[in-house]
Amino acid sequence: MGSGPRTIAIVGAGQAGGQTAYSLRQAGYEGRIVLLGEEPAPPYQRPPLSKAYLKGELEEDRLYLKPIDYYAEHNVELMTDSRVERLDLAAKTVELASGNRLAWDALVIATGARPRRLPVPGAQLDGAMELRTLADVDRLRPRMTSGARMVVVGAGYIGLEAAAVGSQLGLHVTVLEAMPRVLARVAGPEISNFYAGVHRAAGVDVRLGARLEGFEGQTKITAARLSSGEQIACDLALVGIGVHPNIELARDAGLDVGDGIVVGRDHRTSHPDVFAIGDCAFRPLVHYGREGRLESVHNAIEGGKIAAAALLGAPAPAEDVPWFWSDQYDLKLQTAGLSTGADLRVTRGDPASRSFAIFYLAEGRVLAVDAVNAAPEYIVGKKLVAAKASVAPAELADKSISMKDISARALS
Amino acid sequence: MPKITYIDNSGEARTVEGKNGMTVMETAIKHNVPGIDADCGGACACATCHVYVREDFLGKVGSPSAMEQSMLDFAENVKPNSRLSCQIKISDDLDGLTVTTPESQH
Ligand SMILES: Cc1cc2nc3c(=O)[nH]c(=O)nc-3n(C[C@H](O)[C@H](O)[C@H](O)COP(=O)(O)OP(=O)(O)OC[C@H]3O[C@@H](n4cnc5c(N)ncnc54)[C@H](O)[C@@H]3O)c2cc1C
Ligand code: FES
Repeated sequence: MGSGPRTIAIVGAGQAGGQTAYSLRQAGYEGRIVLLGEEPAPPYQRPPLSKAYLKGELEEDRLYLKPIDYYAEHNVELMTDSRVERLDLAAKTVELASGNRLAWDALVIATGARPRRLPVPGAQLDGAMELRTLADVDRLRPRMTSGARMVVVGAGYIGLEAAAVGSQLGLHVTVLEAMPRVLARVAGPEISNFYAGVHRAAGVDVRLGARLEGFEGQTKITAARLSSGEQIACDLALVGIGVHPNIELARDAGLDVGDGIVVGRDHRTSHPDVFAIGDCAFRPLVHYGREGRLESVHNAIEGGKIAAAALLGAPAPAEDVPWFWSDQYDLKLQTAGLSTGADLRVTRGDPASRSFAIFYLAEGRVLAVDAVNAAPEYIVGKKLVAAKASVAPAELADKSISMKDISARALS
Repeated sequence: MPKITYIDNSGEARTVEGKNGMTVMETAIKHNVPGIDADCGGACACATCHVYVREDFLGKVGSPSAMEQSMLDFAENVKPNSRLSCQIKISDDLDGLTVTTPESQH
């Protein structure tokens, strides 16, 4: 295939931007691809940043999505350390921080998201950190030494994964969560209670309903101060309270934005030659008949593949059910689907056995599944979500009926 | 250094040098060997790194963990010699390992 736009510029060299370039070349696109990224590293995977890489078990180049020579070999012009400052949709250019301009025929915005900052006093102190990039880990890891005291603000997946690593490295870890349960934004109460218990059993001090008022310290952080007045002494604090999509470039250029850059099913924005993918895109969620923004590897890869196909006029790959995973201690959580709007939760297996699943249903149909060390539940659950299958709750709860049988009955 | 051979669906073989401790999946990615997607990057969460291990190496690669086995039980086009390549760590014992990639990982 030799067709497609002459020059495709991709802004953001992360999981989604990288995938777009790989998919374009894999499909035989022969035009120019310029992949512009603000970070110094080539596209890499972020999940290990709060898992094996944070623990020190992997070298940096094992995170790279492609070996560094891929880019020259496949004629992908990777420009690292290159922040894009402005998009000009009329002139079809991007302007770099260096002042240089680059002309494009089609543009893919894959700028991802950035950590939300805490609007509290002391958030700028030395030792108050965030976790999104390799550079963040390079700052964080040297401080995560055995015996150090770490406060994790926000009990989402990233915060809890970092807490698990901290505890395994011998740190004294305190988790502060403003909500009455951990993972409140992303999982049901059964999963929250289970993980709170797991962390407490590992020695992590999990504080729920804890309101952080600020950090203490002159230049270095010395404590976290709660609204109750209590101070928790610490040597470092990791703030993981969610992200903001990087939509400013798109917004300033006049593209439709909301909680993300608004795109259609083919990931095209309100401008016909501009696409948006990954964490920054507000996209149709076809399995749910609504739109939303996802923050996951699945979504980043899928967006890259769909945008590449649209750019080349090729048939669109089918959308997968959203999926995600989280590794904490010896536990692997696998999630398929989105549980928002569930009216019933069914537990399959005993959480005490550390292998169980929660199915989320709405009007009898399976919306999502959270499976802890339970791959069959995850995989069959994902198929049930895709098929919008109705399954009797009693059947899902009955471990004597295998997931294979449930799948055979529900999907036949 | 152990050599690993990847045969794609069309029968084309590529032999590359592996490094002890790295996985068969990572080695494919590092050498731009096509046919392995590895969407989850080796977290045993996506099953898009499926390969068929040549029979004479089945004993040497060991048996899959319970998690990997369950992922395989429900994957497409599974055969008795199916493995997730992100779960096979390379060692000197695996010198000469030959795996075939399926037609599609999705
Ligand atoms: C610590 C951590 C753990 C995670 N764990 C999991 C997990 O277990 N499973 C899972 O599915 N997902 C996980 N995720 C989420 C997943 O990594 C993201 O959803 C995914 O990386 C999004 O890809 P993206 O390409 O949209 O954004 P990113 O990967 O963030 O890439 C965007 C890139 O664009 C660059 N950029 C932004 N603005 C500009 C500009 N103006 N000019 C040039 N470059 C720019 C950024 O520097 C960045 O490199 C995790 C994320 C983090 C941070
Ligand atoms: S890379 Fe995802 S399961 Fe092997």
